[in-house]
Amino acid sequence: MIKILKKRIIPCLDIKDGRVVKGINFLDLVDAGDPVASARRYNEMGADELVFLDITATKEKRKTLTDLVEKVAKEVFIPLTVGGGIKSISDMQYILRAGADKISVNSAAVRNPSLVKEGAKIFGSQCIVGAVDASLKDDESGWDVYINGGSKKTSRDLVEWVQELEELGAGEILLTSMNRDGTKIGFDIEMLRAVTNVVNIPVIASGGAGKIEDFVEVFTKTDTDAALAASIFHFGEVAMSDLKNTLAENNIPVRIEESSDKNE
Amino acid sequence: MIGIIDYGAGNLNSICKAFEHIGFDTEIVEKETRHEKYDALVLPGVGAFPGAMSRLKENNLDQFIKEYVKTGKPMLGVCLGMQLLFEWGYEDTKTKGLDLLPGEVVKMDSSLKIPHMGWNELEIIKDDNLFKDLPDNPHYYFVHSYKLKEITDEVIAATDYGVKIPAVVRKDNVIGFQFHPEKSGDNGLKLLENFGELI
Repeated sequence: MIKILKKRIIPCLDIKDGRVVKGINFLDLVDAGDPVASARRYNEMGADELVFLDITATKEKRKTLTDLVEKVAKEVFIPLTVGGGIKSISDMQYILRAGADKISVNSAAVRNPSLVKEGAKIFGSQCIVGAVDASLKDDESGWDVYINGGSKKTSRDLVEWVQELEELGAGEILLTSMNRDGTKIGFDIEMLRAVTNVVNIPVIASGGAGKIEDFVEVFTKTDTDAALAASIFHFGEVAMSDLKNTLAENNIPVRIEESSDKNE
Repeated sequence: MIGIIDYGAGNLNSICKAFEHIGFDTEIVEKETRHEKYDALVLPGVGAFPGAMSRLKENNLDQFIKEYVKTGKPMLGVCLGMQLLFEWGYEDTKTKGLDLLPGEVVKMDSSLKIPHMGWNELEIIKDDNLFKDLPDNPHYYFVHSYKLKEITDEVIAATDYGVKIPAVVRKDNVIGFQFHPEKSGDNGLKLLENFGELI
């Protein structure tokens, strides 16, 4: 029995106005847009953690998001990361108080790096996830950092930015490859290697997952600690139990419990 | 009624909600009060050792906890809350802990990533009612950078993170979990239920 730290599998749910969007295809869910039902189902399937990404753009955003986190945290007892438009310490405080364990900051961290520093100081590094969207540079010499949901290129270089995030106090890096996002052709191995080589905090791979072998590849070829995916889980293309069993067969340490097997 | 000690920092909601989910009433304890009211006491943990100790002292909660433990009723420390049960902490500066258990809390000396964050399996060292109806090597969710220095007599389960990390400690009615049972899914809830059965 391997007893070392397990590689985490993290479903990501997009939230708009307090509802799950992009659809979830669990056959047994009466209301697929209900974040509590979706979170509960993922927990039963053996997800190691959940990420909620809020894409609401209204003024009431904070309240609906806080209500949602509170409801989920009342029923689902695995780590919850919440991100999407979090701009201030007070935003962080509301969401953490509602029951989130980690806050992910992306554009706001680039615009105002002291937010990461302050957040880590007040809530602890383990609460602050530095989320980064990056894309290959035109001359392919590295990767540029993008903000505003990948719509705006910044002058930041990925490899430099993730090191700065670690120095500022981020406890984890959530790295999304824009080149791979939505392609389902596999994770961006080269980009992940470049990042895990320079930071000493956990790195979550995101963007490109299409099949089980992609997860085997990312954990075999890189030092990534966790892998995140959205659509392949939502639409049932990949079953969590098959994924974890295949990873285990490939000697990748994953969390498989009796309680997480019986529900699929 | 389970009293959950509030010493300013940290998110108490998760542990409250977890106990409520399995059918226990909880109440936040902010200052020294009569201990007859509580069937069990929980010291949660997020934050740093020195700050937590000084805030406990400000409200005489350190004395309250020590008196409570003498009644023989169950007392649980979670994560930093477990570390505070020991004699000394070495986070930032050497700080006297609650001194309910012998031992020192030190920075993890590991070539692996710190904080130790994620799911790790328990290795049971001494069987205990706390582990009733759990799988042989249940997974729990850990987030910490400091640990109890040695596998002392009170350590009844450990986990392997390149170095052996004390994960569950128990001396009579004083119990500590280095991991977060309130974030460890069904096995976490089961463990809290088993703790509740000590009431």
